[in-house]
Amino acid sequence: MKDMTDIGTGPLLRVEGLAKYYGARVGCEGVSFDLYPGEVMGIVGESGSGKTTLLNCLAGHLAPDAGQVLFDRAGQLVDTVTMSEPERRMLSRTDWAFVHQHAHEGLRMNVSAGGNVGERLMGLGARHYGKIREQAVDWLGRVEIAEDRVDDRPTAFSGGMRQRLQIARNLVTGPRLVFMDEPTGGLDVSVQARLLDLLRGLVREMGLSAIIVTHDLAVVRLLADRLMVMKSGQVVETGLTDQVLDDPQHEYTQLLVSSVLQV
Amino acid sequence: MNAEQISGEYNFAYLDEQTKRMIRRALLKGLAIPGYQVPFASREMPMPYGWGTGGVQISAAILVPEDRFKVIDQGADDTTNAVSIRRFFEKVAQVETTEKTAEATVIQTRHRIPERDLHEGQVLVYQVPIPEPLRFLEPSEVETRKMHALEEYGLMHVKLYEDIARHGEIATSYAYPVKVEGRYVMDPSPIPKFDNPKLEMAGIQLFGAGREQRIYAIPPHTQVVSLDFEDYPFQRMKAPKCCDLCGAGESYLDEVITDDAGGRMYVCSDTDFCRERREAGHVGALGVAEDAA
Repeated sequence: MKDMTDIGTGPLLRVEGLAKYYGARVGCEGVSFDLYPGEVMGIVGESGSGKTTLLNCLAGHLAPDAGQVLFDRAGQLVDTVTMSEPERRMLSRTDWAFVHQHAHEGLRMNVSAGGNVGERLMGLGARHYGKIREQAVDWLGRVEIAEDRVDDRPTAFSGGMRQRLQIARNLVTGPRLVFMDEPTGGLDVSVQARLLDLLRGLVREMGLSAIIVTHDLAVVRLLADRLMVMKSGQVVETGLTDQVLDDPQHEYTQLLVSSVLQV
Repeated sequence: MNAEQISGEYNFAYLDEQTKRMIRRALLKGLAIPGYQVPFASREMPMPYGWGTGGVQISAAILVPEDRFKVIDQGADDTTNAVSIRRFFEKVAQVETTEKTAEATVIQTRHRIPERDLHEGQVLVYQVPIPEPLRFLEPSEVETRKMHALEEYGLMHVKLYEDIARHGEIATSYAYPVKVEGRYVMDPSPIPKFDNPKLEMAGIQLFGAGREQRIYAIPPHTQVVSLDFEDYPFQRMKAPKCCDLCGAGESYLDEVITDDAGGRMYVCSDTDFCRERREAGHVGALGVAEDAA
């Protein structure tokens, strides 16, 4: 577990009244929450409930129509929606990370695994090949990719390996907040289990805060401390993960929980 | 605009004055922001794309009747591309042409910088096929422009990283990316990296990409740094031989196959440089003394 003494008491991320509309349709609306350092929050809901829209608004990929996304920088909460684009892009290369559902969206498929991991380092000014490579190999090891695959391109990797490579590429600069969009989507169950295990280890070890969007309740059960349930662009229920899953209050949450197949 | 000279049916130097004006404005902007790619409305030229339409348009825009014009292709004055462009300007601008680097005021080039240092007042015009150094890493032009604007150049080093990972050294040997005046990363056109250090020169350098509709420039005495890693510094590269005609050891060499039994010779790619040396009495391993020729 992370040493709790070095963590400030303020939230890492504060979202206030966030809304995004697609014309007359609601993408997401009235979303407010605080995320504290070291906390993992899950966002669940059915397809079209606004999970991904919300995540993209938080990560700066979409411009929200209303509300604020405040991020802690040196003890001060800064609005990332109104900050300048260079600053926001800098943030997304340093303090933030984004793990896409499809690894090929987050990777450079024609660049070797080592180059993929090293890109963020070089983007921040690393200019020593040996050190960059050392760090790349180290990170590949952490996500259980053998060292001799460092010069292979992701096209030669399996789906699970690609996803792990994407995670390594994102975490190499030691971000404080990770956005994940269906990180286990499209993987078979045994690979999913391994990836989840790995993610849980990394999140705990690095004291990462994370926001995980998924429709898979098992994923949030394993990873998330807190849960937010969305339906039709609205947050219908929030609470501790176990509390929400074991004692769902809202009818939609009850439906969601009871829809899971029991094997 | 009354000063235009009419030569036959063409306006002086083929292009109409308004087009030249538009190109000159792009050139001035390019010189004001060294390394920045200025979009311009490239015209159809009477030659195919890839034959130097960008360079030809720049030359046409800057030539004046008093200029002495030189064209080289891979360093040589007598190759197809050089001959046809030289003939083109002889016909449509009636400017004096020369093969002597020292005497030319405007030199249009493809793939080489002349061996002889240019002096102040000379202009070097490059023909550029792909002006965007980040093109093959980031296919989106919208994104690459943003990266230039925000100085996000980490990706350029990813390319060099890939070179070392795959070949054990920076294997990029031409179109080697440079950073101009500490700001813009620029593709110096497909010159060999041997020529990169010469990009810091006393002459004006203008780059034209006709198909891609971009102009960029390096003013005289501008800092141009070839990108590299601390542990894999930039290195010039040439064939480890001397010119077989003039014996020069420090010029960039072409390898010429002479028969089908493995016979080959190395000659200076800069034909004017080679000729000058031979005229001065230097003779290479396979060369013939000048007076005997």
